[in-house]
Amino acid sequence: MNSLIRHSARCLRSVVFVAKPANVAVPGRLLCEAADTQKDLGEMVKKDKVVVFMKGTPAQPMCGFSNAVVQILRMHGVDNYAAYNVLEDQELRQGVKLFSNWPTIPQVYFNGEFVGGCDILLQMHQNGDLVDELKKLGIHSALLDSEKESK
Amino acid sequence: MFPRLLRFATPTSTRLTLTRPLMPRPPHMDPEGRRPVEQSIRTKLSESLCPDHLEVHNESHMHAVPPGSESHFRVLVVSGRFEGLSLLQRHRLVNEALREELSGRVHALAIQAKTPQQWEGNPTLAKSPPCMGGSKGDHTVEEKLKAGGGVGEGH
Repeated sequence: MNSLIRHSARCLRSVVFVAKPANVAVPGRLLCEAADTQKDLGEMVKKDKVVVFMKGTPAQPMCGFSNAVVQILRMHGVDNYAAYNVLEDQELRQGVKLFSNWPTIPQVYFNGEFVGGCDILLQMHQNGDLVDELKKLGIHSALLDSEKESK
Repeated sequence: MFPRLLRFATPTSTRLTLTRPLMPRPPHMDPEGRRPVEQSIRTKLSESLCPDHLEVHNESHMHAVPPGSESHFRVLVVSGRFEGLSLLQRHRLVNEALREELSGRVHALAIQAKTPQQWEGNPTLAKSPPCMGGSKGDHTVEEKLKAGGGVGEGH
């Protein structure tokens, strides 16, 4: 009986491994899903002017770096943006890293173009580039108004 | 037979220094505090970017991960190789140099990438924002910490 079980297990293993190349560990079904995620991401990043992939939501960020992105955008008066919570969707979480060729979350897109993560957005905010980039999107930064008021 | 088994099942601190314990510590906690991931990050950034100034800070203690983890880092790289490159290009260079670490045990990497001139003008290390607990109960972080036997050990 034991030898029968061992033989069956060997057959099962051989069937699984013969069907796929040695360096690919992802079954066919998951590969298709991964391709769908990449296609969806291509559409997601273009649907809105500002797109953020983050941990948590703008109302309740679950990561200090994601929260920093939310705060910076809020400071500039950018409230109307698409935020995707990667903690709710592991496929999205891994898919966006592959799509952007960027290993960490958060990730920011402007007009379908990858901008960077928290560090880059913060530096853009500090050096004034963010105001200019938002202007290109047709978004008037709230900081410009507060600067005018202070003068 | 049983006394012999019991002796090996409960490694003592003396035994740890002499032999490999039968029940190893979790891989993310190096018993001798060698910090292999930090060392690897330092080596790879030095080799790929020839920095004038390099700082590698393990910020794992600021996050919801076990003590002794090497999962969250901040790096400051000052290099002439960043001249003429956008922020995104600079960060991609750093990410590429640390591709293995970032696909393994490193869960978060904060980057400051400056030219020597920029560093002279503002020689300050940025601070990371406070953790909001996202790593707590995050099974992918736990998996990364468990899977890593250290960079280069193969996993």
